Amino acid sequence: MQDTKPRGRLFRIWDSDVAASFRRSPVAIISGLVALIIVLAAIFAPWIAPTNPYDPSSLNLMDGFTPPMQPNAFTGSTYLMGTDNQGRDVFSTILYGARISLFVGVSAVLLAMVLGISAGLVAGYRGGWVDAVLMRVADVQLSFPSILIALLIFGVARGIIPPTQREAMAIWVLIVAIGLSDWVQFARVVRGATMVEKGKEYVQAARVIGVSPLRILIRHILPNVMGPVLVIATISVALAIIAEATLSFLGVGVPPTQPSLGTLIRIGQQFLFSGEWWILLFPALTLLALALSVNMLGDWLRDALNPRLR
Amino acid sequence: MTKPLLSVRDLVVEFPTRRGTLRALDGVSFDIAPGEVLGMVGESGAGKSITGAAIIGLIEPPGRIAGGEVWLGDTRIDQLAPEAMRRLRGRRIGMVFQDPLTSLNPLYTIAQQLIETIRTHMDVSEKVARGRAVALLDRVGIPAAARRIDDYPHHFSGGMRQRVVIALALAAEPELVIADEPTTALDVSVQAQIIDVLKEICAERGAAVMLITHDMGVIAETADRVAVLYAGRMAEIGPVRDVILAARHPYTAGLMGSIPTLQHAADRLVQIPGAMPRLDAIPAGCAFNPRCPQVMDRCLSARPGLKPVAPNHAAACWLADTGVTHG
Amino acid sequence: MAEPFLTVTGLTRRFDVSKPWLNRVLEREGRQFLTATADVSFSINKGETFALVGESGSGKSTIAKMIVGLLTPSAGQIAIEGQGIDPADPIAMRALRRRMQMIFQDPFASLNPRWRVGDIIAEPIRTLGLMPRGDVGREVGRLLDLVGLSAADASKFPHEFSGGQRQRIAIARALSSRPEFIVCDEPTSALDVSVQAQILNLMRDLQDEFKLTYLLISHDLSVVRHMSNRIGVLYLGRLVEVADAKRLFHEPQHPYTRMLLDAVPDLALSGRRRKSVSGEIPNPISPPAGCAFHPRCPQVKAECKAAVPVLCATPTGRAACVFAGGAPASIP
Repeated sequence: MQDTKPRGRLFRIWDSDVAASFRRSPVAIISGLVALIIVLAAIFAPWIAPTNPYDPSSLNLMDGFTPPMQPNAFTGSTYLMGTDNQGRDVFSTILYGARISLFVGVSAVLLAMVLGISAGLVAGYRGGWVDAVLMRVADVQLSFPSILIALLIFGVARGIIPPTQREAMAIWVLIVAIGLSDWVQFARVVRGATMVEKGKEYVQAARVIGVSPLRILIRHILPNVMGPVLVIATISVALAIIAEATLSFLGVGVPPTQPSLGTLIRIGQQFLFSGEWWILLFPALTLLALALSVNMLGDWLRDALNPRLR
Repeated sequence: MTKPLLSVRDLVVEFPTRRGTLRALDGVSFDIAPGEVLGMVGESGAGKSITGAAIIGLIEPPGRIAGGEVWLGDTRIDQLAPEAMRRLRGRRIGMVFQDPLTSLNPLYTIAQQLIETIRTHMDVSEKVARGRAVALLDRVGIPAAARRIDDYPHHFSGGMRQRVVIALALAAEPELVIADEPTTALDVSVQAQIIDVLKEICAERGAAVMLITHDMGVIAETADRVAVLYAGRMAEIGPVRDVILAARHPYTAGLMGSIPTLQHAADRLVQIPGAMPRLDAIPAGCAFNPRCPQVMDRCLSARPGLKPVAPNHAAACWLADTGVTHG
Repeated sequence: MAEPFLTVTGLTRRFDVSKPWLNRVLEREGRQFLTATADVSFSINKGETFALVGESGSGKSTIAKMIVGLLTPSAGQIAIEGQGIDPADPIAMRALRRRMQMIFQDPFASLNPRWRVGDIIAEPIRTLGLMPRGDVGREVGRLLDLVGLSAADASKFPHEFSGGQRQRIAIARALSSRPEFIVCDEPTSALDVSVQAQILNLMRDLQDEFKLTYLLISHDLSVVRHMSNRIGVLYLGRLVEVADAKRLFHEPQHPYTRMLLDAVPDLALSGRRRKSVSGEIPNPISPPAGCAFHPRCPQVKAECKAAVPVLCATPTGRAACVFAGGAPASIP
């Protein structure tokens, strides 16, 4: 008989193998810290950022092209990461840009998760033609690069949405474009895991007493397939942030009035060869740090949830 | 008694975990004489498979042998380098596992695997090795061995595969065969065939067998002596007949009583209350004390050593001499 | 004689084991079917334990799954107290589900690892709406108590329990709808023998207390001998012998039954030599013609290869063997 007393949820989380593996892994701790700092800084950007770069009244064109940590020749102001061509504080634009990037990345992945998990659960549980149709659609989609899919969706959305609303809707279009291009891997993993779980006896036990298929999927199978989903979701957030940056860099992403990290990089690269390296470098480094740390967290999570791979 | 072929002394195997070190084997000692069949029984987690793995140096890290000695003839083998151990496995110790598919490589034919094993350990030509392989397959009861030798493992049924594994284990004429649950994955009607083959062919070649199983029935029919493990410790060891019919450890007695038999239908089975402790919660004193019907104060604090109770028969119980009530 | 509780008539189940369509076209192969259960008929009386024994491929688990509604029969009838089961009638099925439960083989797979024990046990009560919400907690405690655990265990997760304790939880779940009939699919084959004894004893106690009817599926003849009143022996999806438990062990009528009995290791060291049986179970996709056992049968005759023998009355029950003699038995 076990003599462990039932303890609180927090204790169980702290005491779990995953938490222990986190405490043992310096890579995980460092990536976790980096990601956490960027995420917190992005969330609290309006309170942290020295200026609001999108408030035209606070901009002074005379401040343009101030190098980092050097006083501006005309106004004497000093900026941590310098300013861009319009005199916006680069540090502030990064904080606001990371906000947009994270929002787009996380929302797109949530959308992809909802679509992919639903499709995977149904395909894996029902099998037969439902499975065949869903998985062939997935196969077709996988045979195109996802950035092409996103561009395609973006183009279609442009055609549908009236020009007056394009700017306001841009972020949502971006989210849908990236989310739709990314559901396949969730669907595949969930389908495989569902096929394994549905053969297990706890599912049969529920069927014997007449639990409805929907309830079996949601209450029984879903919690047991979430492990691999979380791993993919984490890595997908990194990929979605990069995809968003790519699209914005190509100019089809968010409008310059609400620049994301990708937009900042696109703006910055215009000035790279004229010597104003900081306009490009700092947003690029932030994107790198964010994507890399989230990715490494995902890698660690995969190992922690899958002891066989260690 | 003749000099033992395999001698295990005070073997300790530990698995470090983040919640402390688990002792999977705690001071296990036994001998196997040349040509003898020693059965090793115990519940899952009792340490019987780990004993086999420790002998052949296949404890999965981070587990390790933390104490004791293993001697094969005059060689101490528990501290051999991996390379030397690899040469020893197959050549001097053959292995048969529960699932024949783990012992056979699905990508190679039976012939390739057998010939490779024979030629790795013996200096013979390909042709001679092939002849031997066919003879071996024929001996373990594969019909049309000369033709079927070029088949792949998946062409064989479960029982036939296990015969192939036995042939593979005996290919280099080892002195000892360690068989870990060789019949557990097989159907009842096939189990008897495999046990017969294993027993006969080892007897023929003078190979000793360490037969690890949870099935007392298999032991009763096959083994000369039996060792009973409980929570990583040796509870009792002795000739099969004595242990089965006159157990001296209350655990063995309870175990025997709890097995339903075909002979007499009892209304209720004798049951040992509770379950074997987890390795992280082994009680002080005798590990069996929480479940023992004859527990005394002494059992709670002092761990009984393995005491001889009759020729060749020893039990680790404070009551071993005075007598154990049979359930 | 009283009406049997469960009657199974001509139960047959085929599985489509064909390769995917494209492979079939490319490899010029037809569809392939595996007959897991062929024309199986038996009945179970109220309060008795009826056992189905057989080796792998005998179809015993398929029969269990059809009875509890996890699989639909390809042909044949299942009736409870004379009332045929119609899977298409949701209201009737709901009433039946309450009366019928199942205990599974693997206690590590039969409990959802993400659920607390209390929720696992309460699931049948909640799904079938058998009790007001407020009473469920107390009922779960009572059930845990009944199977030898404590009410406090309801808040734990399955991984905190040993195999035997998990099987007790599975039994508590099966009892929670207060069923009359429990299908036990290899309930102890994943457990150690000392724990197996506990579970078998518990199952017997519960049977006495609640007048339960059991269908016990097992490959272990000693367990079957210990638990059952009547036994059906299956070979390659067909029932080859049905007999009173005690008599089956003393006077096996079918050569396969005799072979199974001979293959059981002799624990009492009575000196009985276990007879080795030749051959293995054939592939169920292409079973031998006639009596499926004929390639392994020591008494095989020409007529065994010609036609599938029907179940005939024997002194102990019924057997499907030309040597078992007698006229074809009517289905009881």
